Amino acid sequence: MDKKLVHNLLFIAVVAVTGMVVENIYLLQIMTFIGINTLLALGLNMLMGYAGQVSLGHGAFYGIGAYATAYLSGTLGISPWAALVCAIVLSVAVAFVVGRPTLKLSGYYLGMGTLGFGMIVHILFREAGSITGGASGFVGIPMLTLGPLSFEGGRNYFYLVWTVVFGAIFLCKRIIDSKTGRALAAIHGRENAAVALGVDAHALKLNIFMFSAALGAMAGFLYAHFVLFISPDSFGFMASVKMVTMVVIGGMANVWGALIGAVVITLLPEVLHGFADHEMIVFGLILMGVMIVMPQGLTQGVIERYARYKKRA
Amino acid sequence: MHGIRKEHENLLLQVKGLTKQFGGVKAQDNVSFGVEQGSVLGLIGPNGAGKTTLFNMITGVCVQDKGEILFNGHAIESMPVHKRVAAGIARTFQNVELFPGMTVLENVLVGMHVRLKSGFWGAIIRSPRVVKEERIAREKALEILEFTGLLSYADRIACDLPVGRQKTAEIARALATDPLLILLDEPAAGLNRIETQALGALICRIKEQGITLMLVEHDMGLAMEVCDKILVLDRGEAIALATPQQITNDQKVMDAYLGEEFQCLN
Amino acid sequence: MEDLLQYLFSGISIGSVYAVVAIGLSMLYRSTELINFAHGEFAMFGAMGLVTLWGQFKLPLPLAFVLTVAGVSMVGILFERFAIRPIKDPHPISLVIITVGASIVFRGVAMVVWGKDPVALPSFSSHGSIEIAGAVIVPQSLYIVAAALVLAGSLHLFFRYTLQGKAMTACAVNKKAAWLTGIPSARMGLFAVLISSGSGAIAGIFIAPVTMNTYDMGTMLGLKGFCAAMIGGLGSLWGAFAGGLLLGILECFGAGLISSGCKDAIAFVLLLLILYLCPGGLFAQKQADRF
Ligand SMILES: Nc1ncnc2c1ncn2[C@@H]1O[C@H](COP(=O)(O)OP(=O)(O)OP(=O)(O)O)[C@@H](O)[C@H]1O
Ligand SMILES: [Mg+2]
Repeated sequence: MDKKLVHNLLFIAVVAVTGMVVENIYLLQIMTFIGINTLLALGLNMLMGYAGQVSLGHGAFYGIGAYATAYLSGTLGISPWAALVCAIVLSVAVAFVVGRPTLKLSGYYLGMGTLGFGMIVHILFREAGSITGGASGFVGIPMLTLGPLSFEGGRNYFYLVWTVVFGAIFLCKRIIDSKTGRALAAIHGRENAAVALGVDAHALKLNIFMFSAALGAMAGFLYAHFVLFISPDSFGFMASVKMVTMVVIGGMANVWGALIGAVVITLLPEVLHGFADHEMIVFGLILMGVMIVMPQGLTQGVIERYARYKKRA
Repeated sequence: MHGIRKEHENLLLQVKGLTKQFGGVKAQDNVSFGVEQGSVLGLIGPNGAGKTTLFNMITGVCVQDKGEILFNGHAIESMPVHKRVAAGIARTFQNVELFPGMTVLENVLVGMHVRLKSGFWGAIIRSPRVVKEERIAREKALEILEFTGLLSYADRIACDLPVGRQKTAEIARALATDPLLILLDEPAAGLNRIETQALGALICRIKEQGITLMLVEHDMGLAMEVCDKILVLDRGEAIALATPQQITNDQKVMDAYLGEEFQCLN
Repeated sequence: MEDLLQYLFSGISIGSVYAVVAIGLSMLYRSTELINFAHGEFAMFGAMGLVTLWGQFKLPLPLAFVLTVAGVSMVGILFERFAIRPIKDPHPISLVIITVGASIVFRGVAMVVWGKDPVALPSFSSHGSIEIAGAVIVPQSLYIVAAALVLAGSLHLFFRYTLQGKAMTACAVNKKAAWLTGIPSARMGLFAVLISSGSGAIAGIFIAPVTMNTYDMGTMLGLKGFCAAMIGGLGSLWGAFAGGLLLGILECFGAGLISSGCKDAIAFVLLLLILYLCPGGLFAQKQADRF
């Protein structure tokens, strides 16, 4: 059999077995958060890692997904699944409108543009109190059910999230090894040349921006129905930075890197709880340290270090 | 009268009054010329004469201040770059611009981008039609590599090849867009004699396929050999358009550009 | 009418603070091409330093001022030395993450040292406020505007007339060429950080008496400083100054005429408009990309 397929099946099996074996609700929760964060990182990785376009405002799409489903299913009382569709459509539509002018920028200017967009959306969440509950947050998000299946228990939700993650990984891989993926890599490498060969760079960037917005909204939806309470601060500047960090720490342009980044960034605060008041300091120092020592990301950095170590031994 | 009309019908590319100014520099000053279907037009001129700028405007990466560009009978001066590529204009770059980290084959496949129909959704759904299209694209890419003599390098990282091969790979990538017109920007720069000869042969074979070429060339030997006509640019102005023989006998051109080199040749 | 005048005065005062923050960011970018996401934290350190030295220890104001600026500049230098310089081939994204990481560390430190509760400071002087056509100006506002003008003016003179300043400009224009003519670009970078963190501290010091000072006050200040620097054109001294003023004034008008909630959004809306309409900033010369 194909080696890649074996790897993928192995990965699915490991996740499935973990879900069955682990009894501890707290651990299941953490792993569910890892799944949600993986979705975020996957989407942003398509944009940053493959297309080479920075976004410092992707927390906005995460938030749009969460608030859209909160309002639609919580306040208006429509089915969460219908709300999911609306959330994704809304997020993609916003990505289209914002991406069209913003993706014409590049480098730091693109970073600042997306940052500005993210901040505006964040402020909207805070100020549109009648819809979003304002700064104090939104209470009353319904639990997910599907026919007789309830996702109340930690285990069912864990499976739901990871099924979505598998689906997303599958989608990303399909896009990556296709004509579109090649064109993205070309834009990333040499935009001038790609354009001169007939790649409509702007349209392609916009496509990927919208795709990653859809994944972000999906993650927001899963997050909202998991924690059942959302507040603007989960989707602000720091949320966007956290997403970027997951992508970069994991290693860009690598689907599995997104997973590793999500694992690290989700686990780190949990591990650091022991530092109490000093948690922030340690978190920041680790972030800086990793980037200074391994600017190409943990995955690549560790592999290279290991190779060098083996050579010496 | 009739004769003139006839001549116009044979023109694949026609440029009228093209003008472009960068700050105080006139990179193109009212340049007009035509390129006959199936011919090779050489473009010569001293450094900074505006040759690359002319290519940039024909391909659309840079917008003219004034002037018209007719390609295959259509006005293209306001078309975006990718539409012009789809219409049949391909190019190579003065400084090699292969995609880093990609193999030669992948580079050529990117060149096929405009000819492949499947899009974003096609990639996700991956229907049999898409799979088949991808397979055919690969076969065609390999054919192009064979045609350009790069088949044995297909799976090598393009940027790791020697300069000569990289230049050829760029031509292969341009051919992959299935063009009617190819613009080569200094394809012989940095090549040794043998490589230059091979390049000349490749250009002739491309021409035999019915593809029209324009090339910027400092190597007069090569230009004389492969070009049907030569356009001389000097400080943004087109000062002559004639056969290679006529160009070498033109006093104005020799003063502007060939002066030293002509004496060297003798 | 009085209201409008009042908005204008408040806008100029808060705008001057943004201007100082923006100048610090912009000058650092100009010399090192680094966008420092921890810049707002320098301002926070400035404010907090003043809270401790002047508010608590009751040191004379000028001494507290000098000590605070010196201390924050030291932090800036350590930051440059240990976080920025070690990176050999800096990718903008890595730099963004490193500076954001630094801002988290700074905030964490501030939280441990000063706690989470906001602290207020009295104005620098006890002069009564001035009234012009019904609008009130508190003396602190005048100090802020004066500080911004003095800072921008002296930086202008510095870049224009001193050897050091000219060398920094040369570095900004072309690092390699500057290096070849014997200008030590590493030292220039350090110097730029010194100016940048120092002016950040000054912004914090002057704003301290008019806001509630907390460990996380720097984030928004830093982000707005960016907006101001971008509006004026990244890398331009007077651009940053004008951008800051414009931002402050529009913010106060927005808060007064529309709603105070949307006040924070104005900076970012303005940022997007500038980026879409003239990405080089309001005062940039046009430049074309080359192939
Ligand atoms: N994007 C640009 N911005 C400003 N000036 C430009 C730009 N592109 C070209 N120029 C100027 O236009 C003039 C023509 O440049 P061009 O590159 O077309 O010359 P060239 O004939 O290709 O020269 P070479 O033989 O050196 O390749 C030059 O003076 C150049 O400096
Ligand atoms: Mg040229």
